[in-house]
Amino acid sequence: MDKFRMMFQFLQSNQESFMNGICGIMALASAQLYSAFEFSCPCIPEYNYAYGIGLLVIPPIWFFLLGFVLNNNVSMLAEEWKRPTGKRVKDPTILRYMFVSITQRSLIAPMVWISVTLMDGKSFLCAFSVNLDIRQFGNSTLIEGMTEVEIVKMLAKIPCKNIFDQPEVISREAASRYIKCISQAFGWVFLLLMTLAAFMIRAIRPCFTQAAFLKTKYWSHYVDIERKLFDETCKEHAKTFAKVCIQQYFESISGDMRSFHKHRSSKDDSDDDDDDKKKSDEDKLLGIRDQDDMNKVLWNWHTCKPPLALRKEQPDGESHEGLIPNGDVHGVSGGPNGYTNHHAPDLPKREWAVYYSKV
Amino acid sequence: MDRLKLVLQYFQSNSESISNGICIVLALISVKLYTSFDFNCPCIPQYNKLYALGVMFVPPLIFFFLGILVNRHTGVMMEEWLRPIGKRSKNPAIVKYMFSAMMQRALLAPMVWILVTLLDGKIFICAFSMSVDPKPFSGMPNNTGLDLLKLMAKVPCKEDMIFRNSTFRKAVSRYVRCYSQAIGWSILLFFILLGALGRLIKPCFDDHATNLQTRYWSNYLDIEQKLFDETCVLHCRDFARKCVVQFFEGMREDAVLRLPLSPEVRYRGEEDMVDEEEERLHGITKQEQMDQLLQTWFQCKPELDVTRMAYRPRVCVTWEDHSGQTLYSDV
Repeated sequence: MDKFRMMFQFLQSNQESFMNGICGIMALASAQLYSAFEFSCPCIPEYNYAYGIGLLVIPPIWFFLLGFVLNNNVSMLAEEWKRPTGKRVKDPTILRYMFVSITQRSLIAPMVWISVTLMDGKSFLCAFSVNLDIRQFGNSTLIEGMTEVEIVKMLAKIPCKNIFDQPEVISREAASRYIKCISQAFGWVFLLLMTLAAFMIRAIRPCFTQAAFLKTKYWSHYVDIERKLFDETCKEHAKTFAKVCIQQYFESISGDMRSFHKHRSSKDDSDDDDDDKKKSDEDKLLGIRDQDDMNKVLWNWHTCKPPLALRKEQPDGESHEGLIPNGDVHGVSGGPNGYTNHHAPDLPKREWAVYYSKV
Repeated sequence: MDRLKLVLQYFQSNSESISNGICIVLALISVKLYTSFDFNCPCIPQYNKLYALGVMFVPPLIFFFLGILVNRHTGVMMEEWLRPIGKRSKNPAIVKYMFSAMMQRALLAPMVWILVTLLDGKIFICAFSMSVDPKPFSGMPNNTGLDLLKLMAKVPCKEDMIFRNSTFRKAVSRYVRCYSQAIGWSILLFFILLGALGRLIKPCFDDHATNLQTRYWSNYLDIEQKLFDETCVLHCRDFARKCVVQFFEGMREDAVLRLPLSPEVRYRGEEDMVDEEEERLHGITKQEQMDQLLQTWFQCKPELDVTRMAYRPRVCVTWEDHSGQTLYSDV
């Protein structure tokens, strides 16, 4: 467990290395899937080719699409592509860069599957055993006596050790060795070509567009981070918004009770040390102290939710004397006196403002 | 677990040791790949040599290119080689040093593959069994109807029926394997001698002082590149944060204006945080400024002179008592 935690921490430290980690995991999964998969060639002339080539080509397509699905940046790319221009100019090089980097990462697992399949040779053997040049491997005298159809049927059975029943006509091992050898040659050539392509892209690219490349890398990273920060800020805002909204809802249900309680407690315990603790408990109760009130709160929360409009009010019991340079806040109530007096017996007049949340 | 952590920490501490670590990992991958690869000699005269030599030389080529690709220094070297001169003069010795270091590291995995191949012997047997003269070996099956070449080509294939229970096949294989291992060990010895000689004799020929300088500046370039990337990332984060906060506040503008509350109230408590963030932005607050910065970083790198920053004038205080004696001094 510790090992996994360490690995996760290391991978998550950096967005790029996280995506590389996912890419590596998919490549390993692809190799593991191949070894766990039980390859069973049908050994029937009409289906061999379809099965062999299908197994070579379809799982890579699936892994490629899976790579796109698992990559977070795909939705970011789509968003950046589709947004209206607005105040920020759209740069097509950034879109291209993002698309290319997503594609590069998604191509690794398919490549691993194709190389492992070709190196193993079974799918080639299954697909191409009927195309074997029988003169080279078979006993020509016995072959003369067989019809075309019989020959093809026999060749199709070569991949299946248990079914093959004519070892005197053709040597099954020699034929399968030959086809496997061709398959492995294809595999190595494929790997070499892919490596050369990657080499061209990574090592030779700086010759052409280094400055522009730095720019696109920075701005594509910026788009990603900006999106994340925006989501975070929205979440925090929603949390605070919800908190204040609910607080005001509770207060509105029990408005009078609360001010009565506050008045009583402030007269008794204004100078006590545990005033704060009592106050925080009082605050937490938000004026709801009996069953009927609570039932009303819960019922109304479903039947009649409060509007999404926060009232801006000065918190009672806190002094803003130091911060407000003048008593302008109470433009409506008139005069700063109602402000500085903490223990006014009646509700201080409140300044109303409407906050619109555009989240 | 702790050991692994220590090893990882050691390797990550230094850029050179990261490259060495990657190089060793590639060599280990090469050995693992060889052992898991199912070597399948075709045992047909025309294809034996082609297949065997292909398997001996194509994977080293692949590992060589991979070794260059995964090395971070490749990018640093290419950038240093291709950049315009600008304010910083170019030193070709640095590029040469980085190139030779990169080549040495990239050549390790291919050499390991070739050596393992030779020491194992399968590939040699596949390629050269046809060139063996069968006369010294007894027990050659002569009733198969195959000509000599075809027969010898089948020697690498154990399961072939004509060689069942035959000592001839084993003898020929052993002979060819012996050659293969001899060649493998000699190549290994040759490279070790070359390395040892190089280490011993090189100091006689080159200038140690220049060497130190070259190594220092190539390490510097690597670190500078890394720090630039890190600074870009941090800047990006702060830029984005400011942008988002500004966006939110921009939407809030209307509400604030309706209240006669002074907005300065809000900032009082966050002064310190704002200062720290602004410092990380380094005054770059617009897209055009950032673009210009990145363009200039490549086109015209700044000169290697940070004297101004390092020796910023500082106020020094000296306390003296009424008779002029120094009680305390910053000087």
